[in-house]
Amino acid sequence: MTKLVYFAWVRERIGKPDEDLDLPASVVTVGDLLTHLATLGEEYENALQYPDVIRVAINQEHVEHDEPIAGAREIGLFPPMTGG
Amino acid sequence: MQPITPTIRVEADDFDLQAEIDALTAGRTDIGAVVSFSGLCRGEKGTLSALELEHYPGMAEAEMTRIAELAIERFSLMGLTAIHRFGKIEPGENIVLVIACSPHRQAAFDGANFVMDFLKTSAPFWKKEHAADGSPRDWVSAKDADDKAQEKWL
Repeated sequence: MTKLVYFAWVRERIGKPDEDLDLPASVVTVGDLLTHLATLGEEYENALQYPDVIRVAINQEHVEHDEPIAGAREIGLFPPMTGG
Repeated sequence: MQPITPTIRVEADDFDLQAEIDALTAGRTDIGAVVSFSGLCRGEKGTLSALELEHYPGMAEAEMTRIAELAIERFSLMGLTAIHRFGKIEPGENIVLVIACSPHRQAAFDGANFVMDFLKTSAPFWKKEHAADGSPRDWVSAKDADDKAQEKWL
């Protein structure tokens, strides 16, 4: 099981702040994960329809979309940051 | 020289600028420059009732610490504080504070500027607008100008 956490409009569109998911072995990279999640239902498809804009953190560190997810305890998905 | 440990806080409560400066400079005679930046919530000509700041707990602190340590190293800072608030913040209220200390002014200016530019683009915070007239408002969009501001340090 991998813990997924969502923030800002990604959280709102998916409709939950976090969840534990069993990911298929075919999901190797962050990019694969985004493609896989988009198949889980309309709310995911809506949240992830433009995967290029989604920022991802593995174990609370920023990663690119080609990063392997092996060993990830927690994967965060969120829009570009707007703090400060 | 002792390694400088930044003061990093992510909190709902407001901060006191003078108290934070005093905490950095108390008992020091080697600091010649203190630069502070405060970010406040704008009312957008009365159309905005509040901003709601969401953050990624744990990662927000970690990312701010990472940025602060980069700045301390790069500009040889003698003290650095970065505080970011979360939750509902009304126009006129504080959102963020960065204070950088150094022997001379340029490093303190650059250090504070660097921390703010990186904080904008890589610290996991998001702003949602609440309209004064109750109409639905949305998440603030990220700005290209912020990415460019960060890239100038690379």
